[in-house]
Amino acid sequence: MEAGRRSVSGWTVANVVVVLYAMVPVLWIASLSFKDPSTFTDGSFIPRKWTLGNYAGIFTNADFVRGLVNSIGIGLISTFVAIVFGTMAAYAVARLTFPGKRLLIGVSLLIAMFPQISLVSPLFQIERALGLFNTWAGLILPYITFALPLTIYTLSAFFREIPWELEKAAKMDGATPFQAFWQVIVPLAAPGMVTTAILAFIFCWNDFLFAISLTSSNAARTAPATISFFTGSTQFEDPTGSISAAAVVITIPIVIFVLFFQRRIVAGLTSGAVKG
Amino acid sequence: MNRGKGRALTEGQRAERRLGLWLCAPAAIVMVVVTGWPIVYSVLLSLQRYDLRFPEDKAWIGLSNYATVLTSEVWWNAFWVTLLITVVSVAIELVLGMLLAFAMYRAIVGRGLIRTVVLIPYGIVTVAAAYGWKYAWTPGTGWLAGLLPEGSAPLTERGPAIAIIILAEVWKTTPFMALLLMAGLAVVPEELMRAASVDGATLWQRFTRVTLPLMKPAILVALLFRTLDAFRIFDNIYVLTNGSQGTGSVSISAYHNLIGGLNLGIGSTMSVLILVTVAIIAVVFILGFGTAAPGSER
Repeated sequence: MEAGRRSVSGWTVANVVVVLYAMVPVLWIASLSFKDPSTFTDGSFIPRKWTLGNYAGIFTNADFVRGLVNSIGIGLISTFVAIVFGTMAAYAVARLTFPGKRLLIGVSLLIAMFPQISLVSPLFQIERALGLFNTWAGLILPYITFALPLTIYTLSAFFREIPWELEKAAKMDGATPFQAFWQVIVPLAAPGMVTTAILAFIFCWNDFLFAISLTSSNAARTAPATISFFTGSTQFEDPTGSISAAAVVITIPIVIFVLFFQRRIVAGLTSGAVKG
Repeated sequence: MNRGKGRALTEGQRAERRLGLWLCAPAAIVMVVVTGWPIVYSVLLSLQRYDLRFPEDKAWIGLSNYATVLTSEVWWNAFWVTLLITVVSVAIELVLGMLLAFAMYRAIVGRGLIRTVVLIPYGIVTVAAAYGWKYAWTPGTGWLAGLLPEGSAPLTERGPAIAIIILAEVWKTTPFMALLLMAGLAVVPEELMRAASVDGATLWQRFTRVTLPLMKPAILVALLFRTLDAFRIFDNIYVLTNGSQGTGSVSISAYHNLIGGLNLGIGSTMSVLILVTVAIIAVVFILGFGTAAPGSER
């Protein structure tokens, strides 16, 4: 009984430490984003004078709004293509015997570990020659490429767990092959695909190196890259407020994913990376 | 499953092979086209004098770009800084990640809560978090800078700036390390731990004699992933110091030569050298430590 109570309070301490570790840096940037510009330099963790002005400022900034649109559009398209191609490949890896399977796994592993900077110089040149530089497609291509290894690993791990005999059983009970696929296999595979899509989207949403190297204007520049170009509305204005408000805005989707899909994200990260 | 080797393929097996290849084709083609040709092209670029500001001077110059880079103090400084950041941050992450993994795996109370909050650093946009750290350490503005003696500006001094870069990197990536290690913890059989405990093993003995050896494969995979990832560090440094005061990594150097300097020859040479270094690290892990390449089917 005594030991039980001690371990409960032990865990409470551990939880508090972990929560502080994870949240304090995030709360700090949020606090900064609510500070009135006159109080930026007070060094206080909690705003002394609250304002929504920084948010009003960035949402009237055409570059930032355009950056958000680019981020969402490029992220969704890249994720969708990566999931479609990745699902096909992962199904083959998990279920079929064919030559070149090990090669495919090897190539995806190489790409997963590839230093992105090594692609930046050649892609910069190639995309300028092909007219892909500073376009959505110019970012979507590398994003799909780097999201694919992740989708193939994670999905093939999920697919290995699916009891495929159910499909046969459904057919024996008189289901058509399509019914067996749609009503039996798809519901079993969907959670894994949702998880994988979230991980792929987070990857695209997060990218900075390609976004600043392969764009030159707000035509394709994504939000993280746009933020790094913030200078304040005039030369003498401090961009601190706009940058922190923008940082909070691009963090919101991540917080939503984490709150709603915590279990799935943990399962996806651990199964894909370790079991392969 | 009976896998007909060679000649004696049944119709069914042949159909399966064909389907497998067709299903993999789109993914394989995209991956090879977007990485394969650029790699070859960057090797070709690295053998040329090619500065976009002086395109008429373009010429094949053999390995002389490599000589330029490998004798440049700036490159070696960036290389050692990158290596320092990689080794120190991965070492700290391993220790913190192990503690966090235990907390997440064993927690009786609030397991869901801590598993949720640790995903925030993992998922947050690196650039967004980096600005948070930058302002936190900016004199006057930051809550952390206020804790330092009057007049210090840590981000403008080399040592403190590198320490802050490591802090930002560790904060962001420890949760990922912890999740990989937690998956490794799951392979340690509960009965074994109980048996060791009955035999009088202390907590520390159970950890070093039972848990660690069983977790070795998971630890090595986590180290491999994180080492290669840390070696390509870019976003944090770009925001925190942009490589000033000798705090740039190799990725920052290559980026500055390419986008700032528009020097494709030198930029590509650095890209190739980074690729070679990463390959060496991976080979050392896989051959030297016997890390199972993730994805190889055991």
